[in-house]
Amino acid sequence: MSYLIETKNITKRFGGLVAVDKMSFGVKEGEVVAVLGDNGAGKSTLIKMISGVYTADGGSVFYNGSEAIIHTPMDALAMGIETIYQDLALAENLNVYSNIFLGREKTKKKFGIFPVLDHEFMYDESTKILNKLDVKIPSLKNNVRTLSGGQRQAVAISRSIYWNAKVLIMDEPTAALGVAQQKQVLDLVNSLKDHGIAIILISHQMRDVFAVADRIIVMRRGMKVGDLIKKETSTEEVVNLIVGSEMVS
Amino acid sequence: MSDINKKIGFSLKMAFANYGYLFILGFLIIISTILSPVFLTSGNIMNILRQMSITVIIAYGVTMIIISGMIDLSSGSVVALSGVIGTSAFVMTGSPWVGLIVGILVGAGTGLFNGTVITVFNLPPFIVTLAMMTVARGLALLYTGGYPIIDIDAFTTFGKGFFLGIPIPVIIMLLVFVGVVILTKRTRFGRYIFAIGGNEEAAIASGINVKRMKIMVFTLNGALVGLAGVILMSRINSGQPAAGLMYELDAITMAVIGGTSLSGGIGSITGTLVGGLIVGILKNILNLTNVSPYWQQILKGLIILIAVIMDVYTKSMQSSKK
Repeated sequence: MSYLIETKNITKRFGGLVAVDKMSFGVKEGEVVAVLGDNGAGKSTLIKMISGVYTADGGSVFYNGSEAIIHTPMDALAMGIETIYQDLALAENLNVYSNIFLGREKTKKKFGIFPVLDHEFMYDESTKILNKLDVKIPSLKNNVRTLSGGQRQAVAISRSIYWNAKVLIMDEPTAALGVAQQKQVLDLVNSLKDHGIAIILISHQMRDVFAVADRIIVMRRGMKVGDLIKKETSTEEVVNLIVGSEMVS
Repeated sequence: MSDINKKIGFSLKMAFANYGYLFILGFLIIISTILSPVFLTSGNIMNILRQMSITVIIAYGVTMIIISGMIDLSSGSVVALSGVIGTSAFVMTGSPWVGLIVGILVGAGTGLFNGTVITVFNLPPFIVTLAMMTVARGLALLYTGGYPIIDIDAFTTFGKGFFLGIPIPVIIMLLVFVGVVILTKRTRFGRYIFAIGGNEEAAIASGINVKRMKIMVFTLNGALVGLAGVILMSRINSGQPAAGLMYELDAITMAVIGGTSLSGGIGSITGTLVGGLIVGILKNILNLTNVSPYWQQILKGLIILIAVIMDVYTKSMQSSKK
């Protein structure tokens, strides 16, 4: 089966610094690929080029076999590439359903001309998707500020599923969570896999990666230094690749 | 039982934290009524509303700017610039409406400039609007040669006129209020300014065109300042290039007293109107009770301090809630 999302020789420079250097990798439908690497290895820059936050300086992104032009986050979202960022996923000063619809608000016409927000529709739809994914939130009218870290991640994930994510990029989804909440999120990731979603997972937590990933990609100084099948590798091998004490082609 | 008591106590505290400005307004009205027999007469109330109207219109705009995490220091100068050019457009054409529209357009133009420079060069709004503050004042003085534009009697309707016994500036203040409340509460535009002020990165990642939004907020704010400029010149019966001094700070004060957080993402137009009422009533009662203008300045400063302390207090309440 071919890749649903793939990068070929993708490159990003910040002034003289090459943050991502000719990086190629791909993810199939229903596959979880973890991208690992030390701080500054280029993981976040890599996914920001796929999600449209940064524009690549070289190389290209392929979606479903054809080259994808992604210049803005909207381009990526329109293709079904959804990203859940570690800390910048949600606007904490807005309520739950406003966040689920952020940037894609449903409006209705008032007096036949003025588009005003359709709060009722957004509230009802948000309730449906949270129920479907079995996510429990006290009230959708509460500001996200009042939710726990796990609930916030669940809201962010539900949002991307509501918008028909085909590719889901998750940046450190469990970083700020307690143990029980981490498990909730990882269970959610496993259930998304069954829905045929291609998932790119960025994480520092070896345990998470080995719990859900099918393949593990290791980055160092902007380059890919390892592409391993989880079942055939070990924590030790991955750690060695991250810190650079061994090269594997 | 004690649990319920705790809950009620907690929500009262929350109510005070979130709507503290309403308590202050109520307190101020009661005290003023006791201190002065004139205070609650309809003539005095109209007087308060008319005096605050021009600054409140500017404050609506700056509230939206602050909610989206920015600041505007240029409004006082832009009041003068758009006011004198609007007045001069009236003198040239003889039509008050042309004067009004030209004034609004000049204000919107400065806002468009501010917003564009901020987003294109990625500069802090504080600096860009500080520059605009002196540029707009200079342009107003240059345009008029430093002299007021006089003999504009037919232009004074916007500032001095009445409709059904209510001063026209007050009617404009209330009409703009309705429009801006709908805009901030019921439209995408409103949702986006809150999103940008709350978490700009999240707004960008959600596909919101943050740069365009910032330019739009500044342009709208500029249009409101232009409107205020025309009303001011109309009210003082001449195009004064030196008018509007420090209005930007009065407007920011009203927004902050009304619960708008200077760190962005939190605020409301209703709060700003209440903030305007608090400032207006305070000024009024101090005048009615013959308090020296020097003391008035000091008190105004203290009120700002209290408002900011309340803002910080509200935030610590909210973060302790989670």
